[in-house]
Amino acid sequence: MDVTATEAPALTGAASGMPPTTDLTGQPGPADLTGLTGLSGLLLLADSRLPAGGHAHSGGAEEACRTGAISGPEDLARFLRGRLATAGRVAAALAWSACAAAHVPKFPDTEVPDIRAADSGDPTSTGPAGAADAADKWRLLDAEADARIASPAQRLASRTQGRLLVRTAKRIWPSRALEELARDVPDGAHHPIALGVAARAAGCTPAQAAMAAAYTSVTGAATAAVRLLGLDPVTVHRVLADLPYDSVIAEQHDWSALPAHAAPALDLLAEQHLRTEVRLFVS
Amino acid sequence: MSANHDDHHDAPDGHGRALRLGIGGPVGSGKTALTAALCRSLGPSLRLGVVTNDIYTTEDADFLRRAGVIDPDRILAVQTGCCPHTAIRDDIAANIDAVETLEERFGPLDLVIVESGGDNLTATFSRGLADRQIFVLDVSGGDKVPRKGGPGVTSADLLVVNKTDLAPMVGADLTVMSRDAAAVREGKPVLFTSIREDKGAHSVAEWVSGLVESWRHQHSHSHLS
Ligand SMILES: Nc1nc2c(ncn2[C@@H]2O[C@H](COP(=O)(O)OP(=O)(O)O)[C@@H](O)[C@H]2O)c(=O)[nH]1
Ligand SMILES: [Mg+2]
Repeated sequence: MDVTATEAPALTGAASGMPPTTDLTGQPGPADLTGLTGLSGLLLLADSRLPAGGHAHSGGAEEACRTGAISGPEDLARFLRGRLATAGRVAAALAWSACAAAHVPKFPDTEVPDIRAADSGDPTSTGPAGAADAADKWRLLDAEADARIASPAQRLASRTQGRLLVRTAKRIWPSRALEELARDVPDGAHHPIALGVAARAAGCTPAQAAMAAAYTSVTGAATAAVRLLGLDPVTVHRVLADLPYDSVIAEQHDWSALPAHAAPALDLLAEQHLRTEVRLFVS
Repeated sequence: MSANHDDHHDAPDGHGRALRLGIGGPVGSGKTALTAALCRSLGPSLRLGVVTNDIYTTEDADFLRRAGVIDPDRILAVQTGCCPHTAIRDDIAANIDAVETLEERFGPLDLVIVESGGDNLTATFSRGLADRQIFVLDVSGGDKVPRKGGPGVTSADLLVVNKTDLAPMVGADLTVMSRDAAAVREGKPVLFTSIREDKGAHSVAEWVSGLVESWRHQHSHSHLS
C-alpha cells in the first residue's frame, strides 16, 4: 500500500478542518480521480455485520411490533419513513458535523493538530467558535446531540451504541480522532457522533458519514421487524430501497443550527420498551 | 496444533485481566445451573464476574441473583436481539462491553463467566470473547447428540453432559455418549454431571480452577499479589 498517497492529503485536510480529498459538499476533490474515495469505509460502516453491537437494537421497532403499530410491510414503510425523516435526519446532521470536525492523522503521527488555529483560521470550520480545546469540542457536540433526544431510554441506547462503535472502530481504524473522542466522552458519545468520527477515521467524507447515519437509522428497525414478524425479507428490502435517504442529508456548518426533528411516538416507544418485561432487543 | 492454540491465548491483551470462560449449549441443558454451581464452588477462592445473554427478559440473571451465589452487582445481562449466537460469535461488542464493565467496577477479577443465551449445536464463542469454553449438553436430548458432533461438541475445551440423573428415565446410555464424545473430541475432556445432585458441580469446578491457575501463571507479571 502506498502510504504517502493516502497520508499526504489527509494531513492537509486536518490542518484546514476539511476532509482529506473531498470538500464539504461531497464533491470529489482533485486527488480523487476515481470517485472511490471513502467508499470502502462507508460500506464497512454501513454493513450490519460491523461488529459494534447494532444487531441488538431495533430502534423502537420491537415495541411497535408488540403493540401492533407495525404488523406488515405497509406499516413498516410508514414507520421507517418517519424514523428517517426525524431521527435519521438529526443523526445524519450530527454525523456530518462530527466527521467534518474530526482530525484525521493516523498513528503514528508526530504532532497534535492545533484545533484553535484550525477553527479560527478556517471560515467554513464546523467547530464551535472559540472552543477552548479539543475536549470541549466533543463535549459540546455531544451535548447538542443530547439536547435533541427527548427520551432517556433513547439517549441511553444511543450512548451505548456509540461507546461500542468507538471501541470497535478504534481497533479497525486506529486514529487520533477516535482516541480523542473516547477520552473526552468516556461514557460513550452519542452514536451519530461516534459514527461521524469513525467515518473520518475510515477515510470517509462528511457526506458519506451522513449517509451511513441516515441508512443505519432505519436498517436496524427493518431487520428487527423481519425477525419479529417473519416478514418477507425481500419485500422489506424493497421498502428500504425506496426510502429517500438523500433528502435528509444536508451540509452542516453551524452546530447551534443543527436540525432538531423530534418524533414523540419514537420517544414513547423507547420508554415503553424499556419497561416491557419480555424483550429481545436492547432498544 | 496445541502450540498455536496456546500462542493465540498469549495475545498481549490477555495480560492483566481475568480469564474469560464461555458456557454454551442448547437451551435448557443446564448452563445457568452450571454457572450457579461454579459460583458456589469457586466464589470463596476466586474473584468472579458473570455475564448472561438472556434470550428474553433477564431470567437467567435474575435466577443467579436470587440464588445468592454471587454479589448481584457482579452479574450483568446482555440482550441479544433474536440472535443469541450473533452476540457470542459474530458481533461480540455488547458482551465485551459487559465483561470490561465488570472488570472496571470490581477488578481485578480472576474469572468472568459468559453464559450464552443458548442455541443450536453449531453455536460457539468467538476467541475474541472467550479464552476457553465449555459446551453443556444434557442426556434428555438423547444419547445420539455427541455423535452428531457440531462445533460446540467437537471443539469446546470441555464438554459437560449434564442431568445424568435423568438417564434412566429417558433411556440414554451414558457409555455410548462417553464413547461417541471421546471419538469426535480427539481426547479433549468430557465430564458427566448431575447438577441437581451435586450443587457445586465439583468435577467441573476443579477443571475451571486448573484453567484459572494456569492463566494466572501465564500472565503472572500482572498478578503482583
Ligand atoms: N434433573 C435435572 N435437572 C437439571 C439439572 N441441571 C439443571 N436442571 C434443570 O434444567 C432446567 C434448565 O436449566 P438451566 O440451567 O436454566 O438451563 P440453560 O437454559 O442451559 O441455562 C432447570 O429447570 C434446571 O433446574 C440436572 O442435573 N438434573
Ligand atoms: Mg440459561
